[in-house]
Amino acid sequence: MTAPTTPAATRRRLAVAPTDLSPTGYVLRAPGELSVRFDRRVVLMCGLLVAVLIAVFVTSLAVGDFTISPGDVIRTLFGNPTDPLADFIVNGRRLPRVLVAFLVGGALGASGAVFQSLSRNPLGSPDVIGFTSGASAGAVFVILVTGGSMLQVAGGAVAGGLATAVAVYLLAYKRGVQGFRLILVGIAAGAMLTSAVHYMLMRAELIQAASAQVWLTGSLNTRAWDHVVAVGIGVAVVVPLLAVLSRPMRLIEMGDDAATGLGGNAERTRLGMLIAATVLAAIAVAAAGPIAFIALSAPHLARRLTGASGAAVGAAALMGAVLLGASDLVAQWVLPTPLPVGVVTVCIGGLYLVWLLAREGRRNHV
Amino acid sequence: MSEPRLHGNDLTLAYDERVISRELSVSIPDGSFTVIVGPNACGKSTLLRALARMLKPSAGAVHLDGQLITQYSTKEAARRLGLLPQSSIAPEGITVADLVSRGRYPHQRLFRQWSAADTAAVAEAMANTGITDLRHRQVDELSGGQRQRVWLAMVLAQQTPILLLDEPTTFLDIAHQIEVLDLCHDLHVSHGRTLVAVLHDLNHACRYATHLIAMRDGEIVAEGAPAAIVDETLVRDVFGLACRIIDDPETGTPLVIPAARQPVGAS
Repeated sequence: MTAPTTPAATRRRLAVAPTDLSPTGYVLRAPGELSVRFDRRVVLMCGLLVAVLIAVFVTSLAVGDFTISPGDVIRTLFGNPTDPLADFIVNGRRLPRVLVAFLVGGALGASGAVFQSLSRNPLGSPDVIGFTSGASAGAVFVILVTGGSMLQVAGGAVAGGLATAVAVYLLAYKRGVQGFRLILVGIAAGAMLTSAVHYMLMRAELIQAASAQVWLTGSLNTRAWDHVVAVGIGVAVVVPLLAVLSRPMRLIEMGDDAATGLGGNAERTRLGMLIAATVLAAIAVAAAGPIAFIALSAPHLARRLTGASGAAVGAAALMGAVLLGASDLVAQWVLPTPLPVGVVTVCIGGLYLVWLLAREGRRNHV
Repeated sequence: MSEPRLHGNDLTLAYDERVISRELSVSIPDGSFTVIVGPNACGKSTLLRALARMLKPSAGAVHLDGQLITQYSTKEAARRLGLLPQSSIAPEGITVADLVSRGRYPHQRLFRQWSAADTAAVAEAMANTGITDLRHRQVDELSGGQRQRVWLAMVLAQQTPILLLDEPTTFLDIAHQIEVLDLCHDLHVSHGRTLVAVLHDLNHACRYATHLIAMRDGEIVAEGAPAAIVDETLVRDVFGLACRIIDDPETGTPLVIPAARQPVGAS
């Protein structure tokens, strides 16, 4: 197979060559012995996901009670609005909402991919192992006790998520943390926190309980620019950490002994992964409530699409963004009445889980 | 004689409260094919894990190239000493060549992920283990013997002067066991690497080892060249097995023939 000629190859001393390690493995070389490995299929599929993401983006900005043509949407985005109303609707209302959807979906997808790699289990996502419940408990506590501005609720969610992560990590710790123990302890912690949430809701005033309940469904209604900034900063902080961790992460997928033998630091890598994934999940929940199933399904779908071995964090993030963006479109405009996006993701996620279990069951029988 | 590259002094090895070995000292002769033998649960794998820095000794220290092994960065240690663990997990869907290429991790950096040296090392490792033709196959599809050669190739690609192998022949049939051991022998002879392996089969150990360490109850009972130390007394002391020792007709090394079943010490 010959290397595809990319524009990069003709430019200054950047070169792409096949590595012959897998049929789709390539390496990008730059001056100064710099080199980055990539997989052609992963890059192509990520490109495809970005294209879908752009389509969802433009559709989200165009569709609504006041429909704007895609051409006008693009003109408005680039600062030449055809009329002030379009400017207000696109830049003031729809743009922040779709950006929050993408950022939250991406954060959930990446977080799920890291957790699944950490626990070596397709069910090891933050909503299954209790971290999302912890964030919910923190947020509901703030809503019920202080009444809570949006910012305070977000703070409560982050604090609850991180506290749960620390507790689960310490409880699961026994000469290092093993994936299976982490899942079991996480499920137990999640169950306890969920009952704590129910208890708080039962003791609350009806109106407050109702507003907490709406938050608990997970919604993107009334999300504005301050949400975009807050989630954006959080994601921007965690992404470099994930980039550094991505290579040692692949080592510990082979087992701790193999990873240590190859010069990885299994325990430190795992701690870094846990922190990164928990922060991502917590800020996602803080911004949009505990939106279910994105973190569970996006990494798995991304891996099937890219054919990558092990965790594909970047692809999972893109897949999460696509899923949540598209779900929000469905939640707003496809159904007779607009619903919180969490309702749609639960339906999609439920179907996905049934399919996953059926497939695993079949594979175990053959 | 200068001190060997890899040795442990006064090691106390324990899992939590359970002490396996006390004040154990061990030296791995440079350029040797050292084999550690002993009955189940005698602490041979524990000792190997301590030498490979998988297990932190409760007391005592392991030295590598004149320094405490813990003073090296994890990557630097991994450039000097490689380990084939008892069990590793192949990521789902990974190709043979891709898995072997992971052995290059200690030689790589965040933005130096694939060099010409990496290509050469992976090609050489696959050629030495005879898996070049399998390189685009998925590891999941391979037989047990092939898979073990792939893992061995991964450790070879690491290009360390010292290699530790934890029961490399377990789960393999007799032909594949010999194949893997012949491969180890070649690596030792033609590449001059120091090998340390834990083996179950005493006859394999006698045939392939240049230096044998026999352990029981966390202690080293005897060490030296197999022909010099293996006799009926040692086998009875270490394994509790009555036997006769004859010369291996193929190699002249000691061959252990277990006594036919009758009450031990009856005659």
